[in-house]
Amino acid sequence: MARAATTADAFNAVAEPRRRRILDLLAGGERPVNDLVAELGLAQPLVSKHLRVLREVGLVDVRDEGRQRMYRLDGRPLEPIYDWVRTYERTWSRRFDRLDDVLEELKETETGDDDDE
Amino acid sequence: MTMTSSGTAVVTLPTDTQILITREFAAPRHLVYRAWTTPELIRRWWSGGMGKVTVVDVDLRPGGTWRHVMVTDEGLEVGFHGEYREVVPNELIVCTEVFEGMPDGADEPAVCTYTFTEQDGRTTVTLLTEVATREVRDMILDSGMETGMQAGWDLVEQIAISLR
Repeated sequence: MARAATTADAFNAVAEPRRRRILDLLAGGERPVNDLVAELGLAQPLVSKHLRVLREVGLVDVRDEGRQRMYRLDGRPLEPIYDWVRTYERTWSRRFDRLDDVLEELKETETGDDDDE
Repeated sequence: MTMTSSGTAVVTLPTDTQILITREFAAPRHLVYRAWTTPELIRRWWSGGMGKVTVVDVDLRPGGTWRHVMVTDEGLEVGFHGEYREVVPNELIVCTEVFEGMPDGADEPAVCTYTFTEQDGRTTVTLLTEVATREVRDMILDSGMETGMQAGWDLVEQIAISLR
């Protein structure tokens, strides 16, 4: 694989859309790998590769059940991401709410201006 | 629910050093852009109700600088500044952003890209914040900013519930 090495952490793991999709699927409960392959419509080796990345950062656990490998979500490594994103989201949501008020006034002012033209 | 029913902010992480926030406003684009770039209007929304805005400097042109400062209700001064790189009126602003409370060493500024698109009299604003390095990202993370609101990022929200 000619790809730049990235430090393995949850941020990197979830920056890949298909890995986010895997986490979404596992958020509904434990699933065998075949299920994930069927749901994602990707080749099994590719799914396995994504699962390996997720395992490396601790976002999924795996156990053997008979002949099946069962994958399970562990959300704890997401907490730093959650905090980071929430910081922005919180600040901007509050700003946006106030911006709504400012915009309401601007719209009224503009409507009023039309009468003068 | 508000009468004007503007959208909820949607937050995603396109890469591990980017945050993208998307929000719809019930107003035409030129008004959103005006509110976004006019100092006396910025004053009214930029603190997000978390304090009083004390400085709003806007020199809106490529190479021009901006600086916003607010004082929180606890008396803490919070300042940001940066430089405009691209300005397309009513459409696009690209600027750098430095949080003045960051420890030294985080001198690589974040790059912010704001886009404004209008459809049927409503405007969608996107804010892409890209931090230069993972170190800066981690510093932002460690700066101990307030937490406690549910994130708009569905995946994290869903998974946070299932924390074990």
